[in-house]
Amino acid sequence: MQRSLYTPYFFLMPALATLLVFFFLPVLAALAMSFTDFDIYSLGQIGWARFVFLQNYRQLLADPLFWKAMLNTCYFVLVGAPLTIAVAFFAALALNSKWLHFRSAFRLALFMPVVTTLVAVAVVWRYLYHPRFGVVNYLLSFLGVAPIDWLGDPNWALPALIVLAVWKNFGYYMMIFLAGLQTIPDYLYEAARLDGANWWQQQRNVTLPQLAPTTFFVTFITLIGYFQFFAEPYVMTQGGPLNSTLSVVLYLYQQGFRWWRMGYSTAIAFVFFSIVLLLALLNMMMKRKQEA
Amino acid sequence: MRGFRKTLGKVGLHLGLLLVSLLTLLPFIWMLSASFMENGAASTFPPRFVPKHVVFDQYLFLFQRMNLGRFFLNSLLLAVSVTLVSLLVNSLAGFAFAKFSFRGKRPIFLVLLASMVVPGQITMLPVFLLLNKMGLLNTYFGIIIPGTASIFGIFLINQYLKSVPDSLLEAARIDGASNFLIYWKIILPLAKPVLVTLALFTFMGTWNDFLWPLIVMTREEMFTLPVAIANLMGEHTQDPELMMAGSVVTIIPVALVFLLLQKYYIQGILLGGLKE
Repeated sequence: MQRSLYTPYFFLMPALATLLVFFFLPVLAALAMSFTDFDIYSLGQIGWARFVFLQNYRQLLADPLFWKAMLNTCYFVLVGAPLTIAVAFFAALALNSKWLHFRSAFRLALFMPVVTTLVAVAVVWRYLYHPRFGVVNYLLSFLGVAPIDWLGDPNWALPALIVLAVWKNFGYYMMIFLAGLQTIPDYLYEAARLDGANWWQQQRNVTLPQLAPTTFFVTFITLIGYFQFFAEPYVMTQGGPLNSTLSVVLYLYQQGFRWWRMGYSTAIAFVFFSIVLLLALLNMMMKRKQEA
Repeated sequence: MRGFRKTLGKVGLHLGLLLVSLLTLLPFIWMLSASFMENGAASTFPPRFVPKHVVFDQYLFLFQRMNLGRFFLNSLLLAVSVTLVSLLVNSLAGFAFAKFSFRGKRPIFLVLLASMVVPGQITMLPVFLLLNKMGLLNTYFGIIIPGTASIFGIFLINQYLKSVPDSLLEAARIDGASNFLIYWKIILPLAKPVLVTLALFTFMGTWNDFLWPLIVMTREEMFTLPVAIANLMGEHTQDPELMMAGSVVTIIPVALVFLLLQKYYIQGILLGGLKE
């Protein structure tokens, strides 16, 4: 380990300086802004913003649209995350089977949506969900399901976005599960088989407990990632119909960059941040408990 | 009987995976096929997965009339420059953390680690105002400068460089090499695999990014592909064939880069994913 007076600081400088200017100071600035009525008039003349302390937050709590966005986001997260994880888990289990041929081809196919551009695939899915000509309704027609106006019906729009999110993201977690599965030693399964365990019992009593740390980690990053959903409703529904797909990030984007209510928008951002922070703390606490 | 069940299980596994893989790829298949159709040909029931006549009208229209080439170059230029600058900046910082001891190292490291939970959306408005003041809105620098330092990148490189033996650096020092020379001649070549991983993530992340370019680039000639596609969607909702061609142009480059460097990408997921 080299002791040197200036060199390490010199090497760190570019990274730390950009982080300071474009990340750490802006976080503080955002916090300060959330206590002001910063709006389009303050944009030209910063002095015109007034300190209003908690007024934005108070207004937020009484804002039905904010609650709607929060509710939608929670729905998206609480349904989307478990679904994604379940699909990822079973896909990884299948890919890990020792009988499987063409493993890398299957893996590649299932992983492809992960690397593609979200905006572009959201555009594609918009047409897949077309009520008359869409592929989704076409496939469902084989199961005898009558056509659904996915993106036009307030009850179906959010589930439609969830399906898109599961399709787009499960491959990522599948890869993590796959790596986890490969670390489970074979003799555990052999022992279970000797005890007469069938396939399901082996998965329940060997795979699941062995994968618990991986599952835990995956759950946490899925929750945080899904909490930030934005591009899907922006491109596909603009938050509609009837605000049924308005997400928290979309709402803060609209307040900030469409109506230029920047004080209000940063207040939304901080409420959003506290929830993410809460999730992170919860994750840490549970991990500690798990290790103890 | 057991042998029969086993065979059945194997066939079921392959058929099931084949079905799921096809379903996963179906959106891409439909996208590609629709992008080669003439206007209106994709709006049929049942949907067609192969065009009746293959035409390039949509692509020609996009590049000749909708200025898509410009957006493509914007995206490419931004993704390449963010990647290069961030490789340099983050590898320097990662090197400092991995191979030097200095005052304040631990606190700086912990602050960086803790701030990884802060979602980027928090800083959006202040950074926008800052870039506005600096006159960097609607410039390439408005994306490049804030995008260079990445805490994830610094940690990735730090982690990797820790495994490089100190004796190697000591030997170079005895030969009179400066720290920068050591970085350039020893560290960078040694760190090549992790640098490729980081480059890949940065390139694809910048190419696919939407929220930030949407905010910084408000003048049409500065749009990146995702912003341009989202914008095009507003006027051309009724032209699925055209929109699909736009999506193909947006997706193909990242898909190709990924296919070429898959191994490194998967390594990155595991480094970011399994390390506690």
